[in-house]
Amino acid sequence: MSKIKIAFHSLTQGTPRSLMIYYGIFALWLFTTAMHIPDGYLSPVTSIIMFLIVLPFWILGVRKLREKMTSKNVPLIALLAAFSFVIMMFNVPIPGGTTAHAVGGALCAIIMGPEIATMAVSIALVIQAFFFGDGGILALGANCFNMAVVLPYVSYAIYQAISKNQPTSSKRRIVGAALGGWAGLTVAAFFAGFEFGIQPMLFHTANGTPLYAPYPLSVSIPAMVFAHALIASPVEALVTALVVAYLQRANQSALEFVKKPEISPELSGFAKWRVLWIVLAVMIVLVPLGLLAPGTAWGEWGTEQLSSLGLAFIPQGMAKLSGLWSAPLAGYDLPALKNANMGYIFSGIVGTIVIGIVAWLFTMLVTLRKSGVRSE
Amino acid sequence: MDINHTLEQSLFAERIARQPGALQALDARLKILSLLLMLLAIGLSHSLLVILGLYFLALGLAGFSRIPLGFFIKRVWLLIPFFTGLVALPALFITPGPALAHLPLGMVITQTGLTTALFLLLRVGTSVSMAVLLVLSTPWNSVLKALGVLRLPAVIILILGMTYRYIHLLLHLTNDMFLSRKSRLLRRMSGPEERKLIAATSGTLLNKSLQVSSEVYLAMQSRGFRNYPRTLDTFKMRTIDWLAGALVVLTTAAAIWLGR
Repeated sequence: MSKIKIAFHSLTQGTPRSLMIYYGIFALWLFTTAMHIPDGYLSPVTSIIMFLIVLPFWILGVRKLREKMTSKNVPLIALLAAFSFVIMMFNVPIPGGTTAHAVGGALCAIIMGPEIATMAVSIALVIQAFFFGDGGILALGANCFNMAVVLPYVSYAIYQAISKNQPTSSKRRIVGAALGGWAGLTVAAFFAGFEFGIQPMLFHTANGTPLYAPYPLSVSIPAMVFAHALIASPVEALVTALVVAYLQRANQSALEFVKKPEISPELSGFAKWRVLWIVLAVMIVLVPLGLLAPGTAWGEWGTEQLSSLGLAFIPQGMAKLSGLWSAPLAGYDLPALKNANMGYIFSGIVGTIVIGIVAWLFTMLVTLRKSGVRSE
Repeated sequence: MDINHTLEQSLFAERIARQPGALQALDARLKILSLLLMLLAIGLSHSLLVILGLYFLALGLAGFSRIPLGFFIKRVWLLIPFFTGLVALPALFITPGPALAHLPLGMVITQTGLTTALFLLLRVGTSVSMAVLLVLSTPWNSVLKALGVLRLPAVIILILGMTYRYIHLLLHLTNDMFLSRKSRLLRRMSGPEERKLIAATSGTLLNKSLQVSSEVYLAMQSRGFRNYPRTLDTFKMRTIDWLAGALVVLTTAAAIWLGR
C-alpha cells in the first residue's frame, strides 16, 4: 500500500490533479502506439540483453524450418511474413471513431505454430525497422521478443488450450482465437512496459535524470497494459477471430496446417501443456534480471528506505498505512534464507507456482466444460 | 490506409539510392556496420551536445549524398513529434527535480524533466536519421546481400528478399480488393460492415498468400533451386571504403568518449 502511495506521490508532486487525470488518459492513448519501440527508448545494454533472450527462439524457429520444412517452405514463410507486414497496415475502425492495427502474430501462430510464427513476424519486423523506420534497429531484439515471441507463444497456448481436438468448424476455435489474440498482445504489452520501466532506474545521470525512456515501472506497465487491454488487444482479438471464422467458411485446410500427432489424454501434463510451460519458464528466466538493478525500484521505496535516502520526515499517514498490510514475502525476500538474492529468486518461483496453480485450476475448468460439451 | 504511401515511398527510396553520391559509392557491408556503430554511439553517449553533433553529421552526409534535405528532415521529424514527442511531454512535468519554469495552472517544468525529454527526442531522431540514410543510399537488394556480414543464415536472407518482393505484390492485391469494393459502394460503410470487409480481405489475402507460395515453389524448382540459395557476391572493399570505415570507428569512439 505504502509503496504505491509513495510512488504516486513522488510522481504527482507539484502537478494539479486535473492535469494528472488528463495525462493519465493521454498516456493511455499514447502507449497504444508505442508497441514498435524506436531506438533511443532502451539503453544499448538492454537492447543487447533482449537480443540474447530472443536468440534461442530464433534458433528454435530455424531448426523447425529445417526439420519440418523442405525448400517448399521458403516461399511459404516469405509469403506469411509479407502477410503479417500487410496486416499491420490494415487500420481497423473501432467504436469511438479511432482506428488501431493488429500485429497478426496470433493469426500466424494459429496457422503455422508458434516457432514458425516467430520467424515470420521477426522478418516482417526486420523489414519494417530497416526499410520503413518503424521500430528501431538496435531495439529489434526487444521488438521481436514482444511481438514475435511473447505474442505468438501466448496466443497459441491459449488457442490450443481452448480448441484442441475440436473439429475445424468448431465455434470453440473462434473463441480460442479471440482470447489468444487478446491475451497474447496484452502480455506482450506488459513486457514492453517492463522494458521501458527498468530504464530510468538502471540508467540515469548523477543527478537522477533518466537517460532513456523516462517513466518508471509504476507508470509504464499500467499505461502499456491497460491501453493495450482496452484498445489494441481487442483489435488483435477481433482480427484473429474474424479471420479464423472466415477461414472456417472459405478454406478449412488452412486451419489444419500445423499437423501434429494427436496427443492422447494419458500423456503427462507437461507434454499436454508444453507451450504454456515454455512461456512460464521464460518468465522465470526473466526474474533474475531484476537483480541487475542497483537498489530498489524507482519510486517503490519502503518507509525505512526513504529515511535512508535522506528523507528525515516520513508523513504520518504513510507510516500508519505501511503497517496495515504486511506481505508474506515482503520486499520479495524471505528473512529465513538470509540472502536477499536467493530470496528474490525464491519469491519469483513462489509467484510463478501460485500463478501456475491458478492457471491449472482454470485449465481444469475448461477441460471439465469440454468433456461436458462432448457428452452432449 | 497508407498502403499507397508505402509503395510510393519505397519507389522513391530506390530512385535516390541509384543516384551518384558520397554514401551511394560506399560498400553496403561497410554501411550496415557503420550504421550499427553509429546507433551504439547515439545510445551510449550521455551528452546532448554529442548526440546533436551526430545529427548534424547525418545532415551533412545526406547533403553529400544528394538526398533532398527538406525531404530528409521532414521524413524524420514529421513523425517523431507525433509519437516520441507526445510520449516525452508528460516527462517534462512529472520527473522530480529542481524547477526550471512555472507555467499557469501550477504546472512546473523541471530541469531533469526537460533534459530527459530532450534525450529521448534527440536519440530517436538521430537514430532514425541514420537508418534512413542507409536505406536512401543503398538499393534494397544490396542491403539484403550485405546483411550476410552480420552472419545471418543465407536462407534467412533469401526469405527476407522474397518477403520484401511479396509485400509489394500483396499490397497491390489489397489495394485492388479495397478499390473494387469501394467502386461498388454508394454510401459510407458502417463500423461493423468495415470490420467484416477487413476480415474477409485478410482471409482472402491469407488464402492468396498460401496459393502464391506453392506456385513460387514450383517456379523455383523448375528453375533448378536445390535447397541452397546462391547469390552473386560482387562486394569489394576499396581504399575509400577502408578510409570511410576508419573515420566511422574514430567518430564512434570520439562520440562515446566525449559523451561519457
